[in-house]
Amino acid sequence: MKLQKNTSLALFSVLEFAGAPLRHVPAAEIADKYGVSPHHLAKVLAVLARAGVVESVRGVGGGYRFAGNARRLTLLDIVEMFEELGPMEPVASRESPVERALDTVLGEIDANARATLGSITLATMLRLVERQQSASSPTPASARRRRAA
Amino acid sequence: MAGQPVSVARAPRAVSAQAARVLHVRKVRRADLAPVIAIDAVVTGVEKRAYWQGVYRRYGVGRIAERQFLVAELDGRVVGFVIGEVRDWEFGSPACGWVFAIDVDPAARLGGIGSRLLEAISARFRAAGVTKLRTMLARDNTVILSFFRSQGMMAGPLVSLEMDIAPAAEPRR
Repeated sequence: MKLQKNTSLALFSVLEFAGAPLRHVPAAEIADKYGVSPHHLAKVLAVLARAGVVESVRGVGGGYRFAGNARRLTLLDIVEMFEELGPMEPVASRESPVERALDTVLGEIDANARATLGSITLATMLRLVERQQSASSPTPASARRRRAA
Repeated sequence: MAGQPVSVARAPRAVSAQAARVLHVRKVRRADLAPVIAIDAVVTGVEKRAYWQGVYRRYGVGRIAERQFLVAELDGRVVGFVIGEVRDWEFGSPACGWVFAIDVDPAARLGGIGSRLLEAISARFRAAGVTKLRTMLARDNTVILSFFRSQGMMAGPLVSLEMDIAPAAEPRR
């Protein structure tokens, strides 16, 4: 499944903010980390701010901070602010049986995608990120072996 | 560990009471059937007394390590349950633990009781020799789906399929 660039950027940003809810994260820091222009990111953050997911903090040390509920907000909530995932049900009004059959199969994929994204909250996603981090960081034993070598 | 009483903090929404409460996960007893049936009826809207009695006979009686029916007791009151079994070579898959029912009284949710039930049944399945836990549920059941996701469950290698079975044709005379 491929998400549009703005959607991916929104997910990256929200996870950065939700992962450090007490910190005011400068937009430039996220733009730099994900290799996008601050102007492009500002448009995405404006959508998230309008939805109440983030809020901007002005002044020295300003930036954005997370304003949502990480245990309630799902990946689907964020995705749907930027793109449509397709109809929940196949379009029954199609003329051709080939189109209707194809709609049935594509509808199955859409339904599974919606169920997956709708069942993963930001809190769950942050735990998944943590697991990925610990899986990629060296264990103390392997770190010791590396230092000894 | 399953079977050991532990203190649990109350859910954030119920912090006013502040006092730690005692949660105990243990094997089901016949007297627990009434609260189990009541919780299921509240959650599903259908009371299935005969069904639950059958489940109790199959999973609650005896000491078969491969069949587990556990309840969560909070301050002496049954507030949740989990049921599952070890299945061998189902769909060509090595033995794994299947959870086919888990629920917590809606009034007692958000306090970590579901997590404790899942930990308890996982520990018992682990003791029975399996290292994989599976479940299956409706994709529009977002509450329970989100719960399993929050516990670290991801999509597995099995895909559920179904079809309508057409009525049998009338025999020719």
